[in-house]
Amino acid sequence: MADSSKFRLNGSEVAVTSAADTPLLYVLSDELKLQGPRFGCGLAQCGSCSVLVDGVELRSCVTPLSAVAGKTVTTLEGLPALHAASKGLAKVPEYTPLQQALIDTQAIQCGFCTNGIQIKATELLSKNPAPSEQDIRTAMNGHLCRCGTYPKIIAAIQQAARSMGGKA
Amino acid sequence: MNTVTLNRRTLLKAGGTLVISFPLLPALAQTRTPAAGPPDARQIDSWIAINSDNTATVYLGFVELGQGCSTALLQVAAEELDLAMTQVSTVRHDTNITPNQGGTYSSAAMHRGAPQVQRAAAEARQALLALAAQRLQLPVDRLRVENGIVSGRGDDNASVTYGELIGDKQFKLAFTGTAPLKDPATYKLVTKPLPRNDIPLKAKGSYAFMQHQRLPGMLHGRIVRPRGQGAYKDGVQIVSVDAASIAGIAGAKVLRQGNFLGVVAPREWDAVRAAQQLKVQWRQPANLPGNADLFKRMQASAPDDRVARDEGDLAAIKTAAVTSEFTGYGPYQAHVPFAPNCALADVKGDGALVLCSSQDIYNTRTNVSALLGLKPEQVRVQYHDGAGTFGHSCWDDVAQAAALMSQLCGAPVRVQFMRWDEHGWDTYGPAHLGKVKASATADGKLLTYEYHGWQHHWALIETTEQSGKGTAAAEWPAMSAMQINPLVLGGQYKIPNIKLVNHHVPGVDYLKGAWLRSPLDLAMAFASEQAIDDLAFKLGRDAYEFRLQNMVDEHWIGVLQAAAKAANWQARPSAKNLSKAEVVTGRGIGLGTHLASWGGAVAEVEVNRKTGMVRVLHIAGAIDAGRVVNPSNVENQLIGQLTQAASRMLHEEVTFNTTNVTSLDWSTYPILRFAEAPRITPVIVQRIQDEPLGAGEEVMAAAAAAIANAFFDATGKRMDRFPFTPERVLATLG
Ligand code: FES
Ligand code: FES
Repeated sequence: MADSSKFRLNGSEVAVTSAADTPLLYVLSDELKLQGPRFGCGLAQCGSCSVLVDGVELRSCVTPLSAVAGKTVTTLEGLPALHAASKGLAKVPEYTPLQQALIDTQAIQCGFCTNGIQIKATELLSKNPAPSEQDIRTAMNGHLCRCGTYPKIIAAIQQAARSMGGKA
Repeated sequence: MNTVTLNRRTLLKAGGTLVISFPLLPALAQTRTPAAGPPDARQIDSWIAINSDNTATVYLGFVELGQGCSTALLQVAAEELDLAMTQVSTVRHDTNITPNQGGTYSSAAMHRGAPQVQRAAAEARQALLALAAQRLQLPVDRLRVENGIVSGRGDDNASVTYGELIGDKQFKLAFTGTAPLKDPATYKLVTKPLPRNDIPLKAKGSYAFMQHQRLPGMLHGRIVRPRGQGAYKDGVQIVSVDAASIAGIAGAKVLRQGNFLGVVAPREWDAVRAAQQLKVQWRQPANLPGNADLFKRMQASAPDDRVARDEGDLAAIKTAAVTSEFTGYGPYQAHVPFAPNCALADVKGDGALVLCSSQDIYNTRTNVSALLGLKPEQVRVQYHDGAGTFGHSCWDDVAQAAALMSQLCGAPVRVQFMRWDEHGWDTYGPAHLGKVKASATADGKLLTYEYHGWQHHWALIETTEQSGKGTAAAEWPAMSAMQINPLVLGGQYKIPNIKLVNHHVPGVDYLKGAWLRSPLDLAMAFASEQAIDDLAFKLGRDAYEFRLQNMVDEHWIGVLQAAAKAANWQARPSAKNLSKAEVVTGRGIGLGTHLASWGGAVAEVEVNRKTGMVRVLHIAGAIDAGRVVNPSNVENQLIGQLTQAASRMLHEEVTFNTTNVTSLDWSTYPILRFAEAPRITPVIVQRIQDEPLGAGEEVMAAAAAAIANAFFDATGKRMDRFPFTPERVLATLG
């Protein structure tokens, strides 16, 4: 069994001291001081804490550290590098196409939910490069936005898909 | 260097940017007092500083809530100063630095904030031109300014920059508010949809929210309370605490003062676990009515009547051709920001620093200092934004909790509410019961209108103070937003005989209340606009045309027409030729506002008559908010408030039994999600020559009414309470 205190985070190996049963969210936000994954409910209900584990969206608030031992974790901070790697870009861009689309469409109000929104949308676009509006609504339905920015987020995901070459 | 005087002059020398390095913060305790705010709002220097690099720092008293006001207020300042957007910036809200413009509520940032910032900037520009005239030896009327560079008109090519004229020095000028303002027709920045300055960092995740703030030596704190509040007057009542129950968690400590209980630990997860594992016995009196008996008790317990409007004679109803009587029930609804509130406090013997998400930092300073036994000047409060809060959520309560816990343990403490704390101990938007009776003549003129509204006021004492100091629960004294709103209740129309009666329910016997985006307006418009709609129906008239015939105010007419046009409204009587299909659709219209501005909305809904599921398909919402400084921000505000209005009409209701609230998370208090999010068509009625008004909440009431009227159009039945849950819908459809 892999050492429960080691995993790959945004491209580098990390070793942490939190106990193995600590929810990953607290390892990332409290011990490692990352700003991407953030507390929203602690109950797997909102998506605020989402991260990618081996490319799959996962709620870090209910996932013990031991569950990601030896795996690859990507947080909001690692999305530009992940995008560069997946597209074989020589340089890591300042913003991912999705981030650029969120900025272009001003699809952020308070911006607190954007972590989970981006993590889930990244997972969606990796599986379905040209999602329909319905695909987006279905995929994103487990993520809340209390500010009610849903229509603009849907438009931003569509714009990101187009700029990444997917034809929706 | 281990001390820093964070007064305004130091900021200016540092290039106008507030750079706070946390290791220096403890030293602030000694230097805080001289700079304790608010800075004198009658001085131009309290508002604007020109830096030597020819940029300006604008001190704003309104906070960024994701509504974009920090960008829009800078647009106003840059416009009046003739600076580019890249030349203006602002600093963090801080009681030792920024002016007190009152709280950022009632959509006040632009309404109250923009005129002050605009006038201060105009006056600064006037002073700068006088200095330039001297320097360039030209009369003021021969000068022109572009990007802070003053030069002569025509062939006078000498020039001087603002920075050269006064950079890093004070104006030392009284703010008189008398400088002439620019002609709006010449605006270059104001009215332009400029992108918000906070969005790129938020998109990247590098924007530090309140929840990301840390101080050295800080402990993580959690409050410990029963899951879900009871009656406000009962507060928190501890019978016993078994501190040994968390002995197994290293470093975790119980903190208690009176009935205030919390835990701290060096690691966050340990604090979370300790709060969950701590064994506490509570006393929880069964003093609430429970959802089932709420409105009955409210109506029985409110003898305190106040007539808010009384014109003409309601007896005219005798001559009416049609009458409509309707009782509407609006539930308690919660703010529940996406992330629970968080605060960080460092309380030393003679001073305190509090970082929090208060929408009114000066008021928070007052209540925190009282709790700690300090003078207001000894407490410094800084604003850091958290998740969108939509009114008075738990930000004062959490700031008080962090301050009290820091005082009790002698270390900085960061408190984040858990989801059940935020849901269960919110100061909710109060429930409202409205009874309306209206009538019209045969030729479609509104004749009489009578409304009685029941609700309680807002909670004045936060739960931390109530439990920690023993302060008794108390309500705010009456203010307009806590009572029936004449603008929403018939104020849209010309009605010769009208009477509005307010019934104040004693709030300490109910849940804690506070302002929630468009306070009470959704429930009032829900009742009132359904009665108006019913009159049109009974006369066989189109709901839009009937309203238009009874309107005289050009603002109301403007938003009604704009919403109808955006929704491609087809005139016909509502609920005629009802479909027998399983899924039916309808469209409805409504008018409403909060305390200023005007809102009109058209909604299209779909009702599944078999399952009782209702979906809002589309809302066109029009606002007239005077001069809209940044249309892109207002468009976002419209999308947000209309989506939230749909959420509040379809899903949101705080549930409680006789002892406590049972809405404790997103499954027991569901909100609208992606799959059912309506399409939104935001419409701005731009009035460039008028002063800006609020735009953060003023179309919600109209949308609530439009949704209810659309339900009627689809089904021929009227919902008398919201949210429209499947059970209620099926019961109404019969
Ligand atoms: S914080 Fe993990 S899903 Fe809400
Ligand atoms: S932007 Fe505020 S929760 Fe989504």
